Amino acid sequence: MFEGYTASEIGAIFAMQGFAGLSLFCVFLLMALGLAIIFGQMQVINMAHGEFLTIGAYSTYLMSVVAEKHAPWLMDYYFFLAIALGFVVAFAIGWLVEFSLIRFLYKRPLDTLLATWGLSLIMQQGFRSMFGAREVSPTLPEWLLGSWQLSDTIEIPINGLLVVGVTAVLTLAVFFLLFRSRWGLKVRATTQNRVMAEAAGINTARVDRNTFALGCGIAGVAGAVFTTIASTGPTSGSLYIVDTFLVVVFGGAASLFGTIASAFSIAQAQSILEFFINGSMAKVITLAIVIGILMLRPEGLFASRVRK
Amino acid sequence: MITLTRRLVGSRSDLAALLVLAAVLLVVMPLTLDIFRLNLVGKYLTYAFVAVGLVLCWGYGGILSLGQGIFFGLGGYCMAMFLKLEASDPVTTAIQSTPGIPDFMDWNQLTELPWFWVPFESFAFTLFAILAVPTLFAFLIGVAMFKRRVTGVYFAIITQSVAAILTILIIGQQGLTGGVNGITDLRTLLGWDIRSDGAKYLLYFLNAALLLACIVAGRYILSGKVGKLLLALKDKEDRVRFSGYDVSNFKIFVFCVAALFSAIGGAMFTLQVGFMSPSFVGIVPSIEMVIFAAVGGRVSLIGAVYGTLLVNYGKTAFSESFPELWLFLMGALFIGVVMAFPDGLAGLIRSERLRRVFGRPPLAAVTRTGALAARDPAPPAASASADAALPHAPTGTDR
Amino acid sequence: MTASSNTDFLLAIENLSVSFDGFKAVNDVTAYVDYNELRVVIGPNGAGKTTLLDLICGKTAASDGSIRFKNREITRLPEHRIVREGIGRKFQTPSIYENLSVYENLEVSYPAARGVFGALFFHVDETIDARIREIAESIFLGDCLDLEAGLLSHGQKQWLEIGMLLIQDPELLMLDEPVAGMSVKEREQTAELLKRICRDRAVIVIEHDMEFVERIANRVTVLHQGQVLAEGPMSEIKSNEKVIEVYLGH
Repeated sequence: MFEGYTASEIGAIFAMQGFAGLSLFCVFLLMALGLAIIFGQMQVINMAHGEFLTIGAYSTYLMSVVAEKHAPWLMDYYFFLAIALGFVVAFAIGWLVEFSLIRFLYKRPLDTLLATWGLSLIMQQGFRSMFGAREVSPTLPEWLLGSWQLSDTIEIPINGLLVVGVTAVLTLAVFFLLFRSRWGLKVRATTQNRVMAEAAGINTARVDRNTFALGCGIAGVAGAVFTTIASTGPTSGSLYIVDTFLVVVFGGAASLFGTIASAFSIAQAQSILEFFINGSMAKVITLAIVIGILMLRPEGLFASRVRK
Repeated sequence: MITLTRRLVGSRSDLAALLVLAAVLLVVMPLTLDIFRLNLVGKYLTYAFVAVGLVLCWGYGGILSLGQGIFFGLGGYCMAMFLKLEASDPVTTAIQSTPGIPDFMDWNQLTELPWFWVPFESFAFTLFAILAVPTLFAFLIGVAMFKRRVTGVYFAIITQSVAAILTILIIGQQGLTGGVNGITDLRTLLGWDIRSDGAKYLLYFLNAALLLACIVAGRYILSGKVGKLLLALKDKEDRVRFSGYDVSNFKIFVFCVAALFSAIGGAMFTLQVGFMSPSFVGIVPSIEMVIFAAVGGRVSLIGAVYGTLLVNYGKTAFSESFPELWLFLMGALFIGVVMAFPDGLAGLIRSERLRRVFGRPPLAAVTRTGALAARDPAPPAASASADAALPHAPTGTDR
Repeated sequence: MTASSNTDFLLAIENLSVSFDGFKAVNDVTAYVDYNELRVVIGPNGAGKTTLLDLICGKTAASDGSIRFKNREITRLPEHRIVREGIGRKFQTPSIYENLSVYENLEVSYPAARGVFGALFFHVDETIDARIREIAESIFLGDCLDLEAGLLSHGQKQWLEIGMLLIQDPELLMLDEPVAGMSVKEREQTAELLKRICRDRAVIVIEHDMEFVERIANRVTVLHQGQVLAEGPMSEIKSNEKVIEVYLGH
């Protein structure tokens, strides 16, 4: 499939597709982080996770509309506010969902799968009723739209850089929150031994609720990031849900490093393949390879060995 | 002989339920509905094959597959390929640049029938393929997953991904599969016009009879040792394994049976509706079929049929007049069934009947539905099987 | 893997080790169990007793060493094959099928029709029925064959699980704390049951209750931090200073 390209062209293709893959990687990673935290913590699969991305994306859109109409001076910076707004809105709705639905289903993960699917249908229809079926895009500030000429053939878009930056910051924040903070200690204690954690005075119900909400909040940020690479419709988030599940499972649900590595490899494989064969086949091949590998290592790539 | 009959039809009340269902499907529906409506019911009933299969593999086996559309679709596509080839004879397709191949291939500049289409010129091979292709595919997935002890949520996600892959593949390979429109414009089966009213009546009865046969077959499987082993597996998988059973084989078996039933449903769908498309293969139809089984009661073969009919009736009724409302309702149905009625219609009827007879359901009868025994002082919090069990015992267990 | 020679023992465990992420739960254990022997394994919590049983029955894969049963290497066999070789395992918490009746629990455990198609056409004939009733009688559950197993008392559940193993007639039976949570009377009945059981088979028992151990044991193996600390008749073990220090002393 490399015929007709010179070596330097192939290098440029790889670099640029690689960078396009990086944006996809960021969305995957942010989605997967939230999903993995929730799954690792309470063995709950949240089928409505994609809708939290959509919430973040619509929040960003609303923010841009408001800024454009009422506060043009904010246009250059609103995007950062939108990221925060996406997080807060998704976090709050996630908190409510845990409180009213998820907490009753902790011992029945398969049933949670069905219930959250129902939730996702309701949310999608809700978006459709509120924002219409047509896709919308926020007006991005000027500075975000430019690109950075790295060499004659390689050109890196600024919005991509921003996306990577936000993702890196958020991933680090999650890492510190989970592995360096008091709250993270409680989360990990609950994950490992719920009964013991309760006996040690940890309010595990509250830990669960906040963890779930946090996972949703991160998906909200993913939604804000998402608006810079595609337009938003009622079903935007649900398009990512299958890939994100595979990212989580492939990485070995309990491992943060595994999630990053697996998001990276799946996004890059898909994006680079996409240049040479058509998009749908690239996706088919990537997913098929992932499933193939999972059959060899069902516990994921980075799971450790314990007594069961 | 007596034992065989007992295993096929079950107890007296089971037999009564089966006869009622047979009467509803074979007598009441055909007598009260016009052919358009009856054909619609026939279409719903093809989904019921999938739901009945799910009762076996999910309700009893504890294996939730979110990819049953794969098998429904494969069965349907096998049938559709045969019918399409019959509809694409050189005379009818004379205006094409390559006469004698299906129209969508001609539109996609194919000049020759692809190799995997060729055997579908034979009806005998088609019948064989309808049953064998989906079952074999299920067998491969089952071996790959269950031998590696992939179960629960992981299995659900992976089957869902396979459904997604298959849909993308079918849509992407337009020239080979008809793409997003599917295989349409199917007219005759061995020269017999399947679009005539007479054919629709006949196909409806064939469909209903096959469905009843699947239920009886399912009951045979469940009433014997395999059924007990499946219940045992759902409860204490390790105990079964350490009683000398290769657990994965039983899971593969029940998954294959579910796939086989779905495939029959798929083939009957193609015959009755006259086309097959990727929209019956993917994630959404697959998970909707799970909810059909859940509404009927996930451990009731007969309930699955009523559940399917009820949900689809609701869908048709609502989506005609309030399309927006329907999605909200569907979502609420998913949540409501799981939260409030994990035993579905069958559970409601069962507890109602018991309440009338005994004043309250006796404990043994309640636990028999698969609920955890409420008297167990400390249900293990981290029980490996906590997943598939149904901890929501109906009322009357708390004494 | 260490090559091992043939022995006259029923079960020969040689240089067996397993580690979880570097932690050696069982470390270079060598032990032999004779035909018709009743062996008790004792040791403080975390000594690796349950892991040892897990290794023998294939639940956990060994990192190193060998397990031979009647001179047949079983270290790498899948669980169900090990069971079919003649090794039965009872778990620490009673592991029975709560939704099935006592009769069905025993029926499902009966060692016939273990393949899918065999099971599909299996039916209980008179011989099997008689066998199920006989076993039920011997585990003191002859009167409650039709009861849902989930409704049994804790002690009865333990017996039922033992019965589910007995019906398979294993040559080696492994019991993980069979009297935990039982009343005094139930303990006595269980001790009597165990003595009867081991007349024609070998039994390995993990137990903490020293009084109970004294009543039943031929030989005792003491595990400590994944290693064998001592092995011998109960009288010897009781006076072994190392054992007193790490286990019996407190």
